[in-house]
Amino acid sequence: MALSVPANAPAPNRAGLLLGRLTRSREATLAGVVIVLGFLVWLEAPNFLSSTNLISVTSLTAIIAIAAVGEALVIITKNIDLSVESTMGLVAFVVAEALKGGNMPVPAAWALGIGLGLGLGMANGVVITVFRVPSIVATLGTLSIYRGLTYWVANGQEITISNLPAGYTDPASQTFFGLPFFVILAVAVVIVAGIALRYTVFGRQVYAVGSNAEAAATIGVRARSTVFVVFALSGMLAGVAGVLWGIEFGQLYASSASGESLAVIAAVVVGGVSIAGGSGTVVGAAIGALFLGLINNALVVLNLPQAWLQVVYGAVILLAVATDALVQLRAQRAKARSRLR
Amino acid sequence: MTGDPRPKGGPDALQPSAETSAVAGGTSGGALSRMVGSMSALARLEVFLVLILVFLVWWGVQLSHFFLTGPNFGFSTQAVMEISIMALAMTPIIITGEIDLSVESMVGLSSCVLGWLWASGVPLEAAIPIVLLVGLAGGLFNGLIVTRWGLPSLVVTLATYALFRGLGHVVLGSTVVSNFPAGFTNFGYGYVPGTFVPWTLIVFLLLAAVAVAVIHRTWIGRQIFAVGKNKDAARYSGVQVAALKTALFAVSGLVAAFAGIILTSRTSTASPDNGLNMTLAVVTIVVLGGVDINGGKGTVPGVILAVFILGTLKSALTQAGISTDYQNVAIGLLLIVSVIAPLLARQARQLAGRVRPERGRPARHSAPGEVVH
Amino acid sequence: MFHRLPKLASGMALVLVLAGCSSSSTPSPTAAPTTAAMSGSVVMIPKQINNPYFDVAFKGAQSAAAALGGTLTQVGPSAADATQQIPFIQTATTQGAKAIIVSADDANAIAPALKSAMAAGIKVVGYDSSPAVGAYNVFVNQADTNGIGKGLADMACDEAPSCTGEIAVLSAAQTATNQNAWIAAMQTTLAGSKYAGLKFDGVYYGNDDPTVSTQQTQAMLAAHPDLKVIIAPTTVGIVAAAQVVTSQNLIGKVFVTGLGTPMGMQAFVKSGASPEFALWNVTDLGYLAYAVAVDLVTGQIKGNPGDTFTVPSLNGGQPYTIGADSVVVLGPPFVFNKDNIDQYVKSFGF
Repeated sequence: MALSVPANAPAPNRAGLLLGRLTRSREATLAGVVIVLGFLVWLEAPNFLSSTNLISVTSLTAIIAIAAVGEALVIITKNIDLSVESTMGLVAFVVAEALKGGNMPVPAAWALGIGLGLGLGMANGVVITVFRVPSIVATLGTLSIYRGLTYWVANGQEITISNLPAGYTDPASQTFFGLPFFVILAVAVVIVAGIALRYTVFGRQVYAVGSNAEAAATIGVRARSTVFVVFALSGMLAGVAGVLWGIEFGQLYASSASGESLAVIAAVVVGGVSIAGGSGTVVGAAIGALFLGLINNALVVLNLPQAWLQVVYGAVILLAVATDALVQLRAQRAKARSRLR
Repeated sequence: MTGDPRPKGGPDALQPSAETSAVAGGTSGGALSRMVGSMSALARLEVFLVLILVFLVWWGVQLSHFFLTGPNFGFSTQAVMEISIMALAMTPIIITGEIDLSVESMVGLSSCVLGWLWASGVPLEAAIPIVLLVGLAGGLFNGLIVTRWGLPSLVVTLATYALFRGLGHVVLGSTVVSNFPAGFTNFGYGYVPGTFVPWTLIVFLLLAAVAVAVIHRTWIGRQIFAVGKNKDAARYSGVQVAALKTALFAVSGLVAAFAGIILTSRTSTASPDNGLNMTLAVVTIVVLGGVDINGGKGTVPGVILAVFILGTLKSALTQAGISTDYQNVAIGLLLIVSVIAPLLARQARQLAGRVRPERGRPARHSAPGEVVH
Repeated sequence: MFHRLPKLASGMALVLVLAGCSSSSTPSPTAAPTTAAMSGSVVMIPKQINNPYFDVAFKGAQSAAAALGGTLTQVGPSAADATQQIPFIQTATTQGAKAIIVSADDANAIAPALKSAMAAGIKVVGYDSSPAVGAYNVFVNQADTNGIGKGLADMACDEAPSCTGEIAVLSAAQTATNQNAWIAAMQTTLAGSKYAGLKFDGVYYGNDDPTVSTQQTQAMLAAHPDLKVIIAPTTVGIVAAAQVVTSQNLIGKVFVTGLGTPMGMQAFVKSGASPEFALWNVTDLGYLAYAVAVDLVTGQIKGNPGDTFTVPSLNGGQPYTIGADSVVVLGPPFVFNKDNIDQYVKSFGF
């Protein structure tokens, strides 16, 4: 007997389908949570949604979001990059050092920084793809090595805003059509990366390597070159983040960006990119960065006792990932159920 | 599934990994080369580690004539005992293909709980078991979430890494408790009378013996390796994977709490910042010891050797007047080299024909971080 | 006669410098009249290596070493972690250093190691952040705690229009003993009638981290829209706060003060984001710490309260007196504003 919809099956509800698809979309759920959260905090502290606060907060999270895009690419291929913070710090300091003497024009210094980030990412890629070192181990090593390079370059100095060209930190607070400049940059990065992931062959290779590298190999996808490119890109984007870091803070130390690797990874994971590889989007990673940045701000604005900040932060990450797993599970069950009808 | 929890099945799935294909078959003759060829790959790794250790000791002597003295041995060893003990508990977790990033935060939390209890007048005899229970509970929390909700351990322990540290702040606030009695602090800071052997080294060696016995000689250890090689095959052979993993995380939490007690004793200070930056050091030791980060392979003797390698390296560099920033660079380089070298050696042996390239390996789930080739 | 951190290029394998293994030094021919020349090694252990504040103090100590004799080296942890300081103290002890100059990440954690050093005859001089009482011979305090507290309160009063308005503090770590002491002293001062118009909104913790300090300042401003003054007694936090005030276009509405380095704050003083802030001479702090170490080693002073000594290039030649708990204070802090900032950037060099 042919499969047909039983006579008494409920007619599909268009709104219900849309809502269903939305809740199954990780990114949409997260965006929804951000909006609800923003509203709730605004009730308690109206200044939270003021343009000055939002511009300030989102500029800072935009930097993490850009690094998170690179990290998302890496994690989708089932690898991890722990050295992001050291790449950011080294690039930030080298760019500032280059600008310090006043000898180098600003765009050249930025190009130097991004190139350096690319180089550091490629070095990671070589260790991982040529020497076959597992990425968690390789980037654990380069985390210290790149940081050591920063100490060596810094040699105990700090670079202050007086050493940098006049008005160097202004772009961090400029807006175009009401949007902060850094946010526009982050959105641009996300769009380019998102299109590349979704519509190009390279993007499909990235997902293929992450979900099942052996199967991918049988259809000709070369895992090693894909992984190499992905680490190079992650380094380059970390370099961009490092350049923006200098513009945002204007003050650079040998320890700049210490500890940011875990913030970046947390953003990616909260954004729905599975640590097991093969799924997730860069849009999700960027929203994850935004989400965590807003949480950081909201908790303090709400006058939560300082001691509880980390507890809530950890609980939020856990909840985000757990609901993600729950939603996926429900989606799978619903799909299985609908197949049985 | 039978009632007997011990997995049945071929030897390969259950024994600690041996490069069984490395049996004699090389083209170059000689009984010696055949004997060398028949050693397991990991035995080769341990020889490599011993060579590194010997080199570092020699180098240390070159750097300073205070290197090979009793006091230097004493305090250099003391400095790494907390992370070494945690490395023993981290090893089986990594062998099963998981990871626990929250250990350093449990060190901080347990230190805070101990300090808070002590400051509230609870005698140490009662406070210490309570602190150990807190560690056990934290580890159970990790384990249950990983196994019940099916969440990746990297992510769960990343969250508890923040959560536990935060709880430490909540418990102790901005105060720091430091009026511990001398009897307590002597444990972490003192030596066996008349020698330069720290008490904590004795503790570590005892725990190491237990770890070797359990992981390499009992059915628990066999199950750990089985799960690491192929979780599903292990489950089908009767291994209670979830229970095993939960237990390992619980033990890790317990051991981290114990390390927190030792640290509090050694520094005579209970503070929410205790234990910062320890997790990466623990993972470094485990990987340096030859444990495969993707699971399924590794030995506790390798990890013990790695403990002494790290301690010796740090000691030599400190004696040479090098600060921690560049010490970390050396450790990072050593880590990468220690992973590359055995792989290069294997490729060299492949070229020499002594090792047949592995063919027809059973399919297994590759873990995050593994580039499949 | 200073020991530079080895460059990466020279490679680990080439580091054959035996730190303090043999005591080599050339006594200074221009020895100061009141401080006898010394020979032997002195090890300086800051809270954190590669930290610009401590590197400036190190340079001061280096000039003192050039003038007074002895071999000075600096080693330390890469993070502000007391447990990482312990091996360096113990190594200095076994290598027979004459003196250890240390800024404690935690007063009690390093006390046993310091006491062992003292038992071995090594002189221990604390600077910047004090080890526990009994674990040092002399502690060189950069400034009097009550003086700093009052100074912070006074600067806040100066910056708030008519000494009226909401104020808040951006501090370092929650467990930072120095900052906590200064804030407590400031609160005591604020209880006075002169400051009745100032309303205290609370303490936020920036952990001496630029990112966290920035986030805390942003949140502080959002939570208290009427905030007038941000007091940041941390050189990292004050810069972050001033930067946030600048980027949010709040110059003239919100003022920043606290403790900062002249070079770091120069632009903000001129722009009006931070009209006034204070610090002490960090170079002199290092110089004084080294001079005290030399005096202890050569026996000029014992480190007991009441001892006096002179350091020619410091304090205008006036003698220092060691106070209770063997603490000696460097001197009064400097207050920087737009009239003197350029001159101080030049003369301080940091």
